[in-house]
Amino acid sequence: MKKGYPRFFLLPGLILLIAIIIFPLLFTIRVTFSSWNVSQTGLNFIGGENWAEMARDTRYWGSMLRLFYLSFLTVAIQYALGFAIALFAWKGIAARRFFRVLWLIPMMTTPSLMAIIWRSIFTEDIGALNGLLSRAGLDPVNWLTESGPANVAITIAEVWQWTPFMFLILLAGLLSLPKEPFMAAAIDGASAWKTFARVTFPMMAPISIGAIMIRLIDASKIFDSVFTMTRGGPGNATETPAAYIFQRSLQDFQIAYGSTLALTYLILAILTLTIIGKVFARLSKPRGI
Amino acid sequence: MYKVLKATFITVWSLFVLFPIMWAITTSFKPESAVVNGATFIPFLEFQPSLIGWKAILPGPDSITNLMTPTLNSLIVTAGATAISLIFGSLAAYGLSRFTYGWKNYSNADIIFFFVSQRIMPPVVLAIPFFLLLKQLKLLDTHLGLILVLTSGLMPIVVWLMVDFFNALPREIDEMAMLEGCNPIQAFFRTILPLSKPGLTVAGMFCVIFGWNDVFFALTLTATKVLTLPVAVIALNGTVTPYWILAASTVFSIIPLVGLAFVIERFLSRGSLGGAVR
Repeated sequence: MKKGYPRFFLLPGLILLIAIIIFPLLFTIRVTFSSWNVSQTGLNFIGGENWAEMARDTRYWGSMLRLFYLSFLTVAIQYALGFAIALFAWKGIAARRFFRVLWLIPMMTTPSLMAIIWRSIFTEDIGALNGLLSRAGLDPVNWLTESGPANVAITIAEVWQWTPFMFLILLAGLLSLPKEPFMAAAIDGASAWKTFARVTFPMMAPISIGAIMIRLIDASKIFDSVFTMTRGGPGNATETPAAYIFQRSLQDFQIAYGSTLALTYLILAILTLTIIGKVFARLSKPRGI
Repeated sequence: MYKVLKATFITVWSLFVLFPIMWAITTSFKPESAVVNGATFIPFLEFQPSLIGWKAILPGPDSITNLMTPTLNSLIVTAGATAISLIFGSLAAYGLSRFTYGWKNYSNADIIFFFVSQRIMPPVVLAIPFFLLLKQLKLLDTHLGLILVLTSGLMPIVVWLMVDFFNALPREIDEMAMLEGCNPIQAFFRTILPLSKPGLTVAGMFCVIFGWNDVFFALTLTATKVLTLPVAVIALNGTVTPYWILAASTVFSIIPLVGLAFVIERFLSRGSLGGAVR
């Protein structure tokens, strides 16, 4: 076959993507060695000062650590809940199609706008949640101004927003499973729990891994909920790297320093996610069906 | 026992899913007194519904903002970015599914990873360089500029979904077409493309969802002319707009996509999504 045909398919997309992405990436790398800020715009060269400052920036590393547990925690909850409701919506409940539509809805809503709604729910004096609590005779909680509850509030909003994505991928996977293994399990008289542990769950492993990876990738960028609900506060108690970098580079206009943080954030995200992907691939291989 | 647990779980989860949406809808119909004096929930019982929130955002004498132009902008930008991503993304995905590419040690798997890895890119990393780039190209605050930037986030989704989709289509189909004298390009457009409607629809829906819901780029790369709908609402949020107006404008801007849940459910129930996630 002539060489031109394969190129016709791949190159337009590849070139378009590289063209969009290459300048921003190179620029970001270059600007980290300058002192571009409000008063000094332009690409001068100051060596590794930004990098040294970053190494000392405890607020940055704190936000990075927070992102780790926030993303792993929210994705784990999303996976467990998403799998559970996918199993229910798979078979065995009445009005299945109604519940499928209902449970997909949060995924369709705009995260940063729902964050406004969540803020109005968690708002301490006139919010819905404290309203409900006081009706139940319980004490109000400082959802947005106390560090523990603020993290809970963000987790709730993230779980609400993204469990449907997990649900969608896992349900589509369940619906595409072959029927024979389930028949075999039924003939052997396996219990519902055994069928799940020995048949359904192992067969779902590749799809589970794909869904978890996609969600981890997106969770590594958590921004909308944090920025709208708490602005990273109280103090820095809910600040994620994206929120911190947004403040440094787009509000304080410390372009060079913000870019240093952003580039490191990107490299760490790629490294971590690649390692997790490799671990998953190894875990799933020997037992793959 | 199991049945009770299951019913409880389903009920609690459904209530949890519905709660913020019901809260947004009821709040959008609340008069001032029903918001500022503490939470109220049940219309007519706890508060008299009022239209002040909706009158503020819909065209009319009481309107405080124009959401119609932003709606149009959002439609244009979402449709444009989705179309470009689908065209280029599915072509690339088909190539990656059918041919072997090689450049030094890089293989197809690496090229696919390159596409998909673009999704890892946090928007905040690119915001400033994109701003400067679009300024240079005179594309700042234009539809085309925002469309191109969004494409970089959407094309990876298309490639990710469509490579697997094309892999699931038997190669015999294209081979048959080529035996009949088509070249690969004709084979793709005449035989593969018509069979790819389910895959393309699913990929397209993901593009629409993520394109419509993008706020970050729209916020940093557009100013007034290409204000998108979510950004217009965020702008209201920034100017201490009362909750009933915010709720009304939020409901207004999420309604168009909620309809997509029905479309996706139809695809799920027909089993057409299975191939797309494998």
